[in-house]
Amino acid sequence: MLTAHKLESFDADKALEETHLEAQIIPIAEPAAAPPLAQPLARPPAVVKRRARGIAPRTLLTWLLSALSLTILITAWHFAVKYKLDFYIRFNNIPSPEAVFDDATSLFGNARFQRHVGLSLRRILAGFSVAAVLAIPIGLLLGRNRVARELIFPALEILRPIPAIAWVPMSIMLWPSNEVSIVFITFLGSFFPILLNTIQGVQSLDKVLVRAARSLGASRVALFWHVVLPGSLPHVFTGLTIGMGVAWVSLIAAEMISGQFGIGYFTWEAYSLVRYSEIVLGMIVIGVLGLVCSGVIRLVGGWLMPWAARQNQELS
Amino acid sequence: MELATPHAPADASAQASRGWIRVENLSVRFTSRHEEVLAVDDASIEVKPGEFVTIIGPSGCGKSTLLNVVAGFIKGNDGCVTVDGVPVDGPSIQRGVVFQQYSLFPWLSVRQNVEFGLKMKGMRRFARESSARTLLGLAGLLAFENHYPDQLSGGMKQRVGIVRALATSPQVLLMDEPFGALDAQTRVVMQEILTNMWQRFRLSVLFITHDIDEAIFLSDRIYVMTARPGRIKAEIKVDLPRPRTAEMTSSPAFATLVQQLRQLIREESLAAMGTELHDGALGGFATEVGPGGVCNIVNG
Ligand SMILES: Nc1ncnc2c1ncn2[C@@H]1O[C@H](COP(=O)(O)OP(=O)(O)OP(=O)(O)O)[C@@H](O)[C@H]1O
Ligand SMILES: [Mg+2]
Repeated sequence: MLTAHKLESFDADKALEETHLEAQIIPIAEPAAAPPLAQPLARPPAVVKRRARGIAPRTLLTWLLSALSLTILITAWHFAVKYKLDFYIRFNNIPSPEAVFDDATSLFGNARFQRHVGLSLRRILAGFSVAAVLAIPIGLLLGRNRVARELIFPALEILRPIPAIAWVPMSIMLWPSNEVSIVFITFLGSFFPILLNTIQGVQSLDKVLVRAARSLGASRVALFWHVVLPGSLPHVFTGLTIGMGVAWVSLIAAEMISGQFGIGYFTWEAYSLVRYSEIVLGMIVIGVLGLVCSGVIRLVGGWLMPWAARQNQELS
Repeated sequence: MELATPHAPADASAQASRGWIRVENLSVRFTSRHEEVLAVDDASIEVKPGEFVTIIGPSGCGKSTLLNVVAGFIKGNDGCVTVDGVPVDGPSIQRGVVFQQYSLFPWLSVRQNVEFGLKMKGMRRFARESSARTLLGLAGLLAFENHYPDQLSGGMKQRVGIVRALATSPQVLLMDEPFGALDAQTRVVMQEILTNMWQRFRLSVLFITHDIDEAIFLSDRIYVMTARPGRIKAEIKVDLPRPRTAEMTSSPAFATLVQQLRQLIREESLAAMGTELHDGALGGFATEVGPGGVCNIVNG
């Protein structure tokens, strides 16, 4: 039998050479007995190339369709405003896309506006990070440990259905400053999606993988780091993506209700001050920021999970 | 042409005393909400060092359960399971397992999958990589070392699974219908690869299959299990010479063995499906010795 040590001393280069020279034969103890390997050493399939070639026209089409889709939206908006469409929904006071565009150029350079955006981003970053840092380990623990799950889950189950926005008054009472209470609302919004998806990720881990790892000598600790964690990572990232979306929803609502700054407050204030094009700009900025944030999560996910990124590629 | 011989002959004989599996009077019961299932009933089997032993039996008769006890994944209710005289208590790196389902870690590349056990052992990265490469080369998978499992065919995945189990140099290889999901041609190739690996590494193998030809082609001995509750019904010695070749499968000796196994298993499959068989067929199975004493059946 081969021990690890012997395996090392077994001339790897020679073996490599053999696999090239003698693609048809697997060397065995009794050379004469070696049956020819019916299947020659396969090369990696050429699929990769074919796929790469297939991508170019597809992407072009995708871009064209995206551009078309946006053009239709803006054109519809333009004409609805131009003809002051009033058919149950009223476009009387809605600014035209041109007006919004004009305001945008001056507004984006405005320090006050930048401060609003900066504050919202800071709140998201704080609330979401704390949620992720707490929810992922707790989720991993609850997914692995039945006692912990049965102890903690019932309490969480009662809190979970309460929308983060419903916490606004309570949050203002709980926390020392307005700023912290808004961050808390943001945190609440993202905490549960991350937690629940992490738990699900751990529990849906294939039992056979755990068995395989154990029979390969993995200790409990190693099992956690090398199997449970990577195995539940796709679910964790689903949770993070959903959590980021809910975090923005909660943040904007909290800012509108109780804030003094932030992009949600800016949008609400624009309404009170009858600056209609700023309402639209506020909305667009919120949308773009949300998009960028979930894009960053997807990027990190693809970087941490190259195996899953490949699957996605095939789906698209 | 020179072929690599990684072991000195002296080494091989030293190893020959290891990997001795003994299962004595093993019973395994599963208790679910409403009923108690006796999955394995008083089964005794043995795999001698370096031997290739197969368990064959109808679906649901408890083959996987028996193997899982030997692997250390579950505990038996009665009886005793030892490997090299040491009672089995949990999974061990000494007992490599190849599973019925695909069991590669999807987040690791082919080579990283093979390296997994070595990493758990604490082997350094460079040593790990060269060991894994050597083994992948032997299995004809070197060109795929950086692929992820999702990018492999079923046969390749199972080959990686076997290589992964072999990487830590276990004394025992436990294989639960490893080729069950493969087509007939791939299966034949895999059987040849497995035979090569087995001879090369001088392992004791406990193999499970549904396939009679596969069992005969691979094994030194075959245990036939009864339908639930799983007992050992018969033990058949396969005295076909080695190395076995594809032509041997059409020899009369092979055909006799197939015939006998088919008969034994047919009875059990019918029993498993609840069909009544008259007592004579089940109870009094004659101990038939094939032409030239090729095989002998021991009633279980
Ligand atoms: N965890 C479990 N809980 C309850 N019953 C079980 C469990 N595992 C297996 N069984 C039962 O034990 C019996 C034997 O199962 P086992 O998986 O060992 O069969 P098998 O011979 O491997 O079948 P197959 O050839 O289909 O894989 C079956 O009737 C099954 O329903
Ligand atoms: Mg089974």
